[in-house]
Amino acid sequence: MSLRIVVTVKYVPDATGDRHFADDLTVDRDDVDGLLSELDEYAVEQALQISENSDDDVEITVLTVGPEDAKDALRKALSMGADKAVHVEDDDLHGTDALGTSLVLAKAIEKAGYDLVISGMASTDGTMGVVPALLAERLGVPQVTLLSEVSVEDGTVKGRRDGDSATEQLEASLPAVVSVTDQSGEARYPSFKGIMAAKKKPVESWDLSDLDIEAEEVGLEGAYTVVDAATERPARTAGTIVKDEGEGGKQLAEFLASQKFI
Amino acid sequence: MAEVLVYVDHVDGAVRKPTLELLTLARRVGEPVAVALGNGAADTAATLAEHGAVKVLTHEAAEYADYLVVPKVDALQAAVEAVSPAAVLVPSSAEGKEIAARLALRIGSGIITDAVDLEAGDEGPVATQSVFAASFTTKSRVSKGTPVITVKPNSAAVEAAPAAGAVEALAVTFSAAATGTKVTARTPRESTGRPELTEAAIVVSGGRGVNGAENFAIIEALADSLGAAVGASRAAVDAGWYPHTNQVGQTGKSVSPQLYIASGISGAIQHRAGMQTSKTIVAINKDAEAPIFELVDYGVVGDLFDVVPALTEEIKTRKG
Ligand SMILES: Cc1cc2nc3c(=O)[nH]c(=O)nc-3n(C[C@H](O)[C@H](O)[C@H](O)COP(=O)(O)OP(=O)(O)OC[C@H]3O[C@@H](n4cnc5c(N)ncnc54)[C@H](O)[C@@H]3O)c2cc1C
Ligand SMILES: Nc1ncnc2c1ncn2[C@@H]1O[C@H](COP(=O)(O)O)[C@@H](O)[C@H]1O
Repeated sequence: MSLRIVVTVKYVPDATGDRHFADDLTVDRDDVDGLLSELDEYAVEQALQISENSDDDVEITVLTVGPEDAKDALRKALSMGADKAVHVEDDDLHGTDALGTSLVLAKAIEKAGYDLVISGMASTDGTMGVVPALLAERLGVPQVTLLSEVSVEDGTVKGRRDGDSATEQLEASLPAVVSVTDQSGEARYPSFKGIMAAKKKPVESWDLSDLDIEAEEVGLEGAYTVVDAATERPARTAGTIVKDEGEGGKQLAEFLASQKFI
Repeated sequence: MAEVLVYVDHVDGAVRKPTLELLTLARRVGEPVAVALGNGAADTAATLAEHGAVKVLTHEAAEYADYLVVPKVDALQAAVEAVSPAAVLVPSSAEGKEIAARLALRIGSGIITDAVDLEAGDEGPVATQSVFAASFTTKSRVSKGTPVITVKPNSAAVEAAPAAGAVEALAVTFSAAATGTKVTARTPRESTGRPELTEAAIVVSGGRGVNGAENFAIIEALADSLGAAVGASRAAVDAGWYPHTNQVGQTGKSVSPQLYIASGISGAIQHRAGMQTSKTIVAINKDAEAPIFELVDYGVVGDLFDVVPALTEEIKTRKG
């Protein structure tokens, strides 16, 4: 038996850097250093663990939709241990929203061939957390999302979802789309050997025509939403800062009382 | 006036507060029609009517509890087809966003997630969002189809606005996909007796500085003196000192209370992402250089083991 896993990974601006918008109100991806979204490292990690715990022949493909530099994200995932990579890159993709991204990912996943898709819980730039659900809807397969624990056995995926009001145990048969949270287990660091091996692993590049997608279906033109304005939040006015010399608790209570919290 | 669908988040008929906030926002854009699904759906009607729902569409079926997400999408789609609303509003919970996204895709509409405000505009509802860890505020709108918008808790005040709230049964036919993901077991979260983190007016959080699960008792004592919810940084959660459900930040809950008190929390960008929109921010940290002090309205540089108990005592004294 074989198991084909596709892991969707996003290349995002570094959250600890100075993120901002470009003139067309899309996320500026030129001026800010990017990296493999930390939350997608957890998805790669779970794919590797499923592979390690399986008697089947598992093949892990990492897939990204993004600009040229997004190759860095693929390299990182390959050096963690994924087998091969697919990069969907096309100038017409600039400004694509979540619905468009899910279309491109779904077509690429179908073209690559899959039994299991694993995504991160959310991208660290858009933070929508909707792409995995959209992929399940588009691919017409079960969504088994926001898992803090996941396992695959005999064509069935099982997992634990820590929801808002309850913890649920979920189960679905493959093919399926899974997303994992940052509670699913620390992602491994690439080893030196892994980094060297990654250089020889295949990275395929596809554009929109390879996926039979028209330019109008994606990009700013194809977007279903418009951002009309983006304004930097005014810096918070500097607050009062006191040093505790025995009265700190009292002073703080005084402040809370002045604001009517007590 | 056009109708606006509001997806009701409820537990066995008890409506959760964010849904009532949605009704306030929905009334700015049209006439709220609520959609309540699952066990106890009809019991939501009285509360929803008090807060402005002109109609409450209900449907009860075992599928809503036994399978993940899709049955709810099927029902909401049926409601959209029945009502032809001007917009669909859904609470921004993890599940709410997934339901909203799949609905948007099915009905060929755009989706906006995590709105913190909503106004009527010439070209449809305009949503305010807070992005990049709340360092930017954007105004967006859906340009194709029926706007589907998820709204964060604490984005609007709950207002009394009595309306008819007529209960109507919604006809739902489940899709083939509805039973794809089975919920084989469910353990409801145990109530702590404290307010819900995302809904609380005051949140008291502890971080790595709390230095041990047992020490969270002093954070809880402060929270209880203020009737607040308890939050934690990821460092405190990862150390096993406090449950993940209480984590505040990018991969935890996003909170926007009237008052946020951070103790022993440095204020990393991922933590800020979940609390920066709080109205008043207070921090206690022994490091005067901690980035959290950049956000505060009032900060105390000091040892939390001295300051927090003293604060709690003082609050108790003042409250008598
Ligand atoms: C993808 C990703 C997602 C993340 N998501 C989240 C998230 O959702 N939420 C989150 O919180 N973090 C998140 N993080 C982690 C975040 O980057 C920080 O590591 C974390 O917030 C640090 O927690 P902390 O402030 O409690 O600990 P630290 O940064 O170690 O700070 C502890 C603070 O306590 C102070 N202190 C120590 N002892 C005392 C004392 N006795 N009295 C007073 N002060 C004291 C110290 O001066 C210090 O400032 C995420 C990281 C990544 C990469
Ligand atoms: N451009 C992209 N390329 C590859 N994967 C993506 C992309 N955008 C989103 N994803 C995947 O979808 C998940 C959720 O993203 P989002 O819905 O944007 O928060 C991410 O963790 C990724 O696994």
